[in-house]
Amino acid sequence: MTELGWAGVLVAVAGGAVRVSTPYLFVSLGETLTEKSGRVNLGLEGTLVLGAMSAYGVAHLSGSPWLGVLVAGVAGAGFGLGHGAVCGLARVNDVAMGIALFLLGTGLAFYLGKPFIEPVAPRLPHLAFGAWSASPQVRAALDVSPLFVAGAVLAPVLRWALGNTKWGLVVRTVGDNSDAAKALGWPVSLVRTLATVAGGFLAGVGGSFLSLQYPGTWNEALSSGQGLMAIALVIFARWDPMACFYASLLFGGATALGPALQSVGVTTNYYLYGAAPYVLTLGLLVYSSSTRHTLVGAPSELTISR
Amino acid sequence: MTSLTPPATPPAVEVIGMTKRFGDLRALDDVSLTLAPGSFHAILGQNGAGKSTLVKCIMGYHRPDAGRLLVDGHEHVVVNPRQAHALGFGMVYQHFTLVPSMSAAENLILGRADLPAVIRWAEERARLEAFQRRMPFTLDLDRPVAGLAAGQKQKLEILKQLFLGRRVLILDEPTSVLTPDEADQVLGILRELTAENRLSVLIITHKFREALAFAREVTVLRAGRRVGGGPVAGLSRPDLVRMMIGSAALAEPATRAARPGGAVALELETLTVRNDKGLLAVRDASGVVRAGEIVGVAGVSGNGQRELVEVLAGQREPESGAIRVRGEAYRRTRTDMRRHGVFVLTEEPLHNSCVRGMSVAENLAFRTFDEPANTRGGWLVSRRALRRQARSLIDAYGIRTQGPDTRLEALSGGNVQRTVLARELSGDVAVLIAQNPCAGLDVAATAEIRNRIMAARNAGAAVLLLSEDLDELLELADRIVVMFEGRFVYETPRDGADLHTIGHHMASHP
Repeated sequence: MTELGWAGVLVAVAGGAVRVSTPYLFVSLGETLTEKSGRVNLGLEGTLVLGAMSAYGVAHLSGSPWLGVLVAGVAGAGFGLGHGAVCGLARVNDVAMGIALFLLGTGLAFYLGKPFIEPVAPRLPHLAFGAWSASPQVRAALDVSPLFVAGAVLAPVLRWALGNTKWGLVVRTVGDNSDAAKALGWPVSLVRTLATVAGGFLAGVGGSFLSLQYPGTWNEALSSGQGLMAIALVIFARWDPMACFYASLLFGGATALGPALQSVGVTTNYYLYGAAPYVLTLGLLVYSSSTRHTLVGAPSELTISR
Repeated sequence: MTSLTPPATPPAVEVIGMTKRFGDLRALDDVSLTLAPGSFHAILGQNGAGKSTLVKCIMGYHRPDAGRLLVDGHEHVVVNPRQAHALGFGMVYQHFTLVPSMSAAENLILGRADLPAVIRWAEERARLEAFQRRMPFTLDLDRPVAGLAAGQKQKLEILKQLFLGRRVLILDEPTSVLTPDEADQVLGILRELTAENRLSVLIITHKFREALAFAREVTVLRAGRRVGGGPVAGLSRPDLVRMMIGSAALAEPATRAARPGGAVALELETLTVRNDKGLLAVRDASGVVRAGEIVGVAGVSGNGQRELVEVLAGQREPESGAIRVRGEAYRRTRTDMRRHGVFVLTEEPLHNSCVRGMSVAENLAFRTFDEPANTRGGWLVSRRALRRQARSLIDAYGIRTQGPDTRLEALSGGNVQRTVLARELSGDVAVLIAQNPCAGLDVAATAEIRNRIMAARNAGAAVLLLSEDLDELLELADRIVVMFEGRFVYETPRDGADLHTIGHHMASHP
């Protein structure tokens, strides 16, 4: 495995960026959509884990991984609906509700997922973009998940939709000036709920990637906070879907750093490298926050903006 | 496709016997008015007179308890704003309902009832430009609204209503954030559009000047009832004042004691401050306020006033520059404020300088709870002493509250303002900083608060008064400076201060 040497680390990090970034990408795109409507859903970590569990369970029981992906999305949408409906009530704090959903989602997934830790579920297929290469490392790096391709297409589509469709304008108006939206006669609460449902669907699909593609198994340590980091990533990406895509690649690369170094024989400090995405999250949040000014580009109706 | 059709004429509107109760309060009591096509009708009244309730009943935000709405002779029951829009009614609010992060073009097409699922921007642009050519003014459609001046935003609001095919425009204090020049422009445009019979206008205002100069009819409301009105031509300003205020006695205007110029109390030296977005809000501001002097700072809101007050109150870090009080560096700490007698009346006191969930007594004691008189053994706060202090302040300042233990949020706006006033003026005041101290208060409370500020000045305090109300500045200030884009751009003594010169400087550099 060491024939490429240190260049192999770069190839592995780049490949890892593509491979590992998918859950970040789906969760951050979902959260971007939700936050554009003026609501925060901190429960997406729970949604991600629940999506991973339900996708694995359904794929194992039905034999179809794609059915698993769909069910994961539906489970996530259901969680989004719960969040949206409760936050639509008067004087409900979406941050507190999100944390409750985060705990409920992980707890529920661990509880329902116990029987699926041992069995093997069919995995999603890969798209072998690297078949031309003789190097197994390049081939491994270019084994791309169809879900990653879907996410990579979704990011520019979402960006286009926010600027060029009726629904995009409605979501942005609701998120930036709910009084204006009310004056125009748009149902603010309904729009936010639908945006939260859509965001939950995407996070659920992101979860299915974890259990059905990479690492491609179900256990309780599967997500280890990727959903939470993706929410932080949205702030760093300034609520721009394309920036979410690039930032997801960056986080994916950071996550792949440990395994990549291990593959060239650097095994000391393995856990330290494993902490790279967390350090990155912390660093980016410190970098993008300031006591002197508020976040640029934040939808003004967000709890954190007011 | 209303936006495609050429402007139709506005309908005749009749409001008959509109009544709305909130609990025991009759907010609106049997009010009628007519709007002939092309009329320009002003509704005058004090805060709480029922002006907003009336138009909200017309627009379908409130369900009236009684009353009828006739449009072109047909009765309509409007239960939500969408139905009002369908009748051709549109509303422009005091605070903009534009989406700040979007461009003017995006804001314009937002309200279309037939907004297509996918927006073809090329077609929309062509249509918007054709529409703008028929208007008496033009705007840059590509600029994000956040970058527009207040007057342009208000024009965009009006443009939006016209673009959406609204023929009866209701405006709720549309000029409150505009300079006098901008206000005249916007009202002039409306007047022109009504004269061409493209629009009927119903405007809520408390500015007599605007009602008399631009409207053709006026309705005066007091305590929910119509107390007068008719064609403007037959009415004078004193008539309107009498109708609006009624028999309630007004406090005498504040009396200004003649004083020789005192020593410099507050001094700003090239003060520069950034706002929440990291942009420069106050730039190189320099100036002095002497003891026994009120320096008024005029300016349209958003020109750095808030940031300047926040720095002086210790709520924000300045970027550079120096602040001195009585010749010594002022570090904006509690210790320094106490030592130098610096007190602050922030705007929106409930939000900026009070804790709404705490009692009146506690809010009154923010500056004094740790003084020996209010403590036991030097470090235990004595509740009894706080209550005693509160009772005497409640009496002295006429704060209407059930008692010192009432939570502050239960008080009305005027009484919250009195509470803050009691806290900030009862000490030994050397420097007083006040921002919009009378915003949102009724005429009686306003007169009382202005008297107290004047009394502080007469007693030798140096007062820095930042206000969006030019009448207030002309009444109180000894000197007026104009703040524009964070700079002090103009200064004039009280004698010889001219409303229009000040207004010009509020809008731009000369």
